[in-house]
Amino acid sequence: MAIEQDEIEKIAELARIRIADEQIGDVTRRITEILGMVDQLQAAETDGVEPMANPLDATQRLRVDEVTESDQRDAFQAIAPAVEQGLYLVPKVID
Amino acid sequence: MHTQTVAQLAQGLREKRFSSVELTQHFCSRIEELDPIYNAFITLNKDAALAAAAAADQRLASDNATALTGIPIAHKDIFCTLGLRTSCGSRMLDNFIPPYDATVIKRFNEAGAIILGKTNMDEFAMGSSNENSFYGAVKNPWDQTTVPGGSSGGSAAAVAALLAPAATGTDTGGSIRQPAAFCGITGLKPTYGRVSRLGMVAYASSLDQGGPMAHTALDCALLLNTMAGHDPLDSTSAQDPVQDYTQDLEQPLKGLRIGLPREYFGEGLDPGTGACIQAALQELESQGASLVDINLPNSKLTIPAYYIIAPAEASTNLSRYDGVRYGHRCEDPGDLHDLYTRTREEGFGDEVKRRILVGTYALSAGYYDAYYKKAQQARRLISDNFTAAFEQVDIIAGPTTPGTAFPLGAKSDDPVAMYLEDVYTLAVNLAGLPGISVPAGFVDGKPVGLQLIGRHFAEAQLLNVGHRYQQATDWHQQAPVTGGTL
Repeated sequence: MAIEQDEIEKIAELARIRIADEQIGDVTRRITEILGMVDQLQAAETDGVEPMANPLDATQRLRVDEVTESDQRDAFQAIAPAVEQGLYLVPKVID
Repeated sequence: MHTQTVAQLAQGLREKRFSSVELTQHFCSRIEELDPIYNAFITLNKDAALAAAAAADQRLASDNATALTGIPIAHKDIFCTLGLRTSCGSRMLDNFIPPYDATVIKRFNEAGAIILGKTNMDEFAMGSSNENSFYGAVKNPWDQTTVPGGSSGGSAAAVAALLAPAATGTDTGGSIRQPAAFCGITGLKPTYGRVSRLGMVAYASSLDQGGPMAHTALDCALLLNTMAGHDPLDSTSAQDPVQDYTQDLEQPLKGLRIGLPREYFGEGLDPGTGACIQAALQELESQGASLVDINLPNSKLTIPAYYIIAPAEASTNLSRYDGVRYGHRCEDPGDLHDLYTRTREEGFGDEVKRRILVGTYALSAGYYDAYYKKAQQARRLISDNFTAAFEQVDIIAGPTTPGTAFPLGAKSDDPVAMYLEDVYTLAVNLAGLPGISVPAGFVDGKPVGLQLIGRHFAEAQLLNVGHRYQQATDWHQQAPVTGGTL
């Protein structure tokens, strides 16, 4: 299945990955090749086949809703790019 | 000391022929001297390893040592190690110092094993050649012009070059078994959920599984004894009981039914590799196993199904790298959107970006049924083929890879050609089965791997067959760097 360059741009935006203008053509070509390969799947007869999400068909286990972890905010924030007063800093989002 | 297996080193430690400090120092010196050739390690953990070795020596002198106490082990740089950089082969995590240990690491620490260092890998475990690492390619110790395989290429090369007696790897589509085959070592991918994924950087969560890489099946059993087991902190961790994986190693093979999938011996298999596998099968037959032709008719769906499911899960998992909480962040972001998009442009390499984009596409509105749902249905069909086969046979055998290690650069510009390298390993992950690769000969001086596939939770049986095969052959004892054998 061919995919147009503007569609790649849309997907890249959804995935929040910037692609430089000079690379978009190459990326489009590679993704087209990959999608061409995976399109072999369309020939498979899958009517009525239950999709398999977990190879053991396991379901999500529940646990008791109780506190098991201690506060490790300082350790976690020590590796953050920018923090202030216990908060993660990002560029201004509200004027 | 570097020519000994884990089992031999453990005995040497118990008999006080050398200390863990001497052993650890020896491997650190080898890495410092020789790894510039191979690039198998991203980070060497020398100081902390020597301190841990001193503690292990004290424990060895007491009566509460384990089989792995004092044994240095290299870990794929995908397992989070408290206070020790865990890069996952990516610029995105080049500065990431985990604030916690992966459960696998915790278990090795509790057993008294030594963290020798962190091994090179394809970025975020995406690749089959180790050429997708931010830290550069790894060279195959058997032929430095060829790849070691991937994604656990650094771990495989480290063991093959005798820079570590054993290593950990992870396998999402063949990433333990394929590099083990290319580097002439033994590598086991356990049943999905057998080894905890907590602290193992996520790629494709319904496929990822950690496992041991070592010279012998016995060593893999020793490592798996420590790695395997239920982890309440991993919601997909299996609760099935864990056995002592060394217990059944010597079981005779008489009566074992080995299935040979026609699809794994047809077009695309290199004749030299095929001849090695046939010879290996004859050896198993001579020990009393019977060979049975079987079919896995949906094998042709494997690669397309995998390359939808894995990228789809990757696109979701890797959305966490946002430049806010840890890891790479771009300089001077203009706004939040710029922070996200430029951080991810700079932090991810080409193959990782491709898989995120393919996965995002497959999951996007209007395409979900045609791609993701269809792939999950194909996954069921592939898995059903194995279920049917295991009604006829006990294990399945075939080549791990279509050929031997390929030259560096040969496929790095062609993603689809690279994907085809994993044609015999991917289905095992889709079906969640255990698989092992054991050394089974050489073609033009390059190692060949025999793949054995078992029923869910049949790790002990795979290790048993691998061990019996290794009792009768010496492929696993060949070493590329000593000019001789182990």
